[in-house]
Amino acid sequence: MTTELTIALAILLLPLVSFILLIFTGKRYNEKSGLVGTAFLGADLLLSLYILFAKIPSEAKVWDFTFTWIDFHSFVNNVPLKLDIGIMVDNLTAVMLVVVTLISFLVHLFSLAYMKGDIRYSRYYANLGLFTFSMLGIVITNNYLLMYVFWELVGLSSYLLIGHWYEKKSASDAAKKAFLVNRVGDLGFFIGIMIVWMQFSTLTFDGIFSSIQNGNIPFNSNTWLTAAGLLIFCGAVGKSAQFPLHVWLPDAMEGPTPVSALIHAATMVAAGVYLVARTFPMLTADALLYIAYIGAITAFIAATIAIAQNDIKKILAYSTISQLGYMVMGLGVGAYTAGVFHLVTHAAFKAGLFLASGSVIHAMHHALHQVNDHHTDAQDIRSMGGLKNKMPVTFWTMMIFTLAISGVPLTSGFLSKDEILAGTLAFSKFSGHTIIPIIGFLVAGLTAFYMFRMMIVVFFGDHVDRNRADHLHESPRVMTVPLIILAALSFFAFYSFNPISASHGWFFENVTTPTVVVPESVSATSTEEFVEEVHHQHTLAMILSVSVAGLGILIAFATYYWKKISADAVADALKPLYNFFSRKWYFDELYDATVVAATIGVARLLAWFDSVIIDGIVNGAASVTRLGSVISGKFDSIVVDGMVNFTAYSAGFFGMLLRTIQTGKLQTYIVFALIGLMVLLALYI
Amino acid sequence: MTTITLTHFLFISAILFSLGVYAVITRRNAIMVLMGIELILNSANINFLAFSRYSGLNIEGQMAAIFVIILAAAEAAIALAIVLNIYKRFNTVNVDEISLLKD
Repeated sequence: MTTELTIALAILLLPLVSFILLIFTGKRYNEKSGLVGTAFLGADLLLSLYILFAKIPSEAKVWDFTFTWIDFHSFVNNVPLKLDIGIMVDNLTAVMLVVVTLISFLVHLFSLAYMKGDIRYSRYYANLGLFTFSMLGIVITNNYLLMYVFWELVGLSSYLLIGHWYEKKSASDAAKKAFLVNRVGDLGFFIGIMIVWMQFSTLTFDGIFSSIQNGNIPFNSNTWLTAAGLLIFCGAVGKSAQFPLHVWLPDAMEGPTPVSALIHAATMVAAGVYLVARTFPMLTADALLYIAYIGAITAFIAATIAIAQNDIKKILAYSTISQLGYMVMGLGVGAYTAGVFHLVTHAAFKAGLFLASGSVIHAMHHALHQVNDHHTDAQDIRSMGGLKNKMPVTFWTMMIFTLAISGVPLTSGFLSKDEILAGTLAFSKFSGHTIIPIIGFLVAGLTAFYMFRMMIVVFFGDHVDRNRADHLHESPRVMTVPLIILAALSFFAFYSFNPISASHGWFFENVTTPTVVVPESVSATSTEEFVEEVHHQHTLAMILSVSVAGLGILIAFATYYWKKISADAVADALKPLYNFFSRKWYFDELYDATVVAATIGVARLLAWFDSVIIDGIVNGAASVTRLGSVISGKFDSIVVDGMVNFTAYSAGFFGMLLRTIQTGKLQTYIVFALIGLMVLLALYI
Repeated sequence: MTTITLTHFLFISAILFSLGVYAVITRRNAIMVLMGIELILNSANINFLAFSRYSGLNIEGQMAAIFVIILAAAEAAIALAIVLNIYKRFNTVNVDEISLLKD
């Protein structure tokens, strides 16, 4: 193993060490555990940066270390049956390592103040370590087997973190919901892996892709190849909260806000997008089309719901789903680099948005506590307002994040969003699916609108309660520093020196679309043609995206700042639509009525079957046995005992009879002896 | 005058034996039972002497008879000692009341 790969392995293992250390010693050194976890992640971040700066200029396409874990010593279709596992670092992995460790480090840092005095402070940091470890495992592994293992570990650790305050019913429910909904997607992922294993007898990405390239296709059918790709995509649908499994993400807001920043920006939800990116070479045109539509639908649904939410974290949650839909859509239309790029830029500004909202909530909690108000919801944007002057750092950083997510020029979000939109335009040109770019631009406008709605309501105007306003203060330095770092990373300069196009930045130069290996007949448009077309569409995409974003921002200001348009009047006029959006398209109700009700119904049926049929059989068997033993008992006590007793009785009877002879008088015996003698004599003489 | 033959002796012996047996069976007193036994022994003695006289057993029959007499003396001594002990124990010599063999 090379030095670089050893360092990569160390990156993977450091958070695990942090987790083990904190889980065992956390109780004793409760106060110190936050610093320990943060120090570990800081070291991890430095190592990741080293790997990134070593990998990008490196000539090697990929650093790979594989070893045979299990050798079955048998052959299937002349292919040796063995399980190879290992780690690899290519440019995508190197970037992801930095993204994950950076966001995780900043979240650790932010939590030092945010989680101060929490009842399970050390447990919280231990779980953050476990979570980071799991996520790093997903990006660093070179096979589906380990990926699935880490995939499930992410599910577990997200369960632990979302349910951190498990005394709250809503938090423990949300944790369960996240875990269970993810399991639905993971089932598909698992079946996909099984199809791949059946056909290729290997689970390493390299092995699978080279096998497909050599014309080896599951069951010799392109349909099966599409199915395998889509089943693996199912895993991404669960983890990345795509329609129809997006319902867990908003509920996951029950976890501590820094956790939301970690889960919903850089780690868990990014895992799904990363999975699609890794699987990209084996996705057929049909599979990609399906993925693009799923992404577009998700982006649209989530954006419409976000408009009608009043909880600051719920707005951000739906904007996350919407942006994830964007990334998936980007990958689906073939804009591979754009999708991954959006994942990276989004990780920075969405983590920033969550942390900034955490800062706001922190301040609100503090103020509400000061005025002894325990009824007002500290997360409801309607009970905020006017925070601009109270919390300047939070305001300005959050403004930058909002500009970035809205796709305003000079920000990172503008670059990545633009590339995706150009990709959708190019896609529609080749395939004729014009609905996808339409949704893309519509969602861009909606995003700008609801994000600025949130910003204006929270930060502008006057605070709703003058009394409370006096108690609002800026958060401590340890919370604002991560915000400033993330705000800096939301500018274009870190990704491309050209502020209007990222296509010649280091990211696009180095994270390139992998070679597609599916057969010619079912593959999507070739990468060269596609990239060429994206260049043609770029200017149009830029103009359109800036104008829809500007329109969205303008409407937001007109409605909530200048009050030219009455939001209430619009909501009243479109009451059914507004309700439909604010009730989240009734997805939860729909699932409660169908999936949950059906599950409970089946469970009831099974319980009935268990308690009536199974228990009946068992009880019946018991009764029959009991009856048999009663009969056997009666037979024993009457017939067998009767025979024994009869024997004894008859012996006793004859004994009684014979004992009369036994008088004990010698003379009687002599008489008998004489009589006997006489009888004998009489017989013989 | 008929001559006295072996049959007469045997007849006398048989009567004596029967009387002895009768005494052993019917007497309640242990002493009387012992006396019955003496009768039986003596009937046996008569038999010995008779056979010694009439069929060439000669001196051996008489020796046996003397032997029996000695034996009877010894037997009487032991039996009377037993009776004495029984009397001490049960305060009676009635054989009907001494039925330990029954239990």
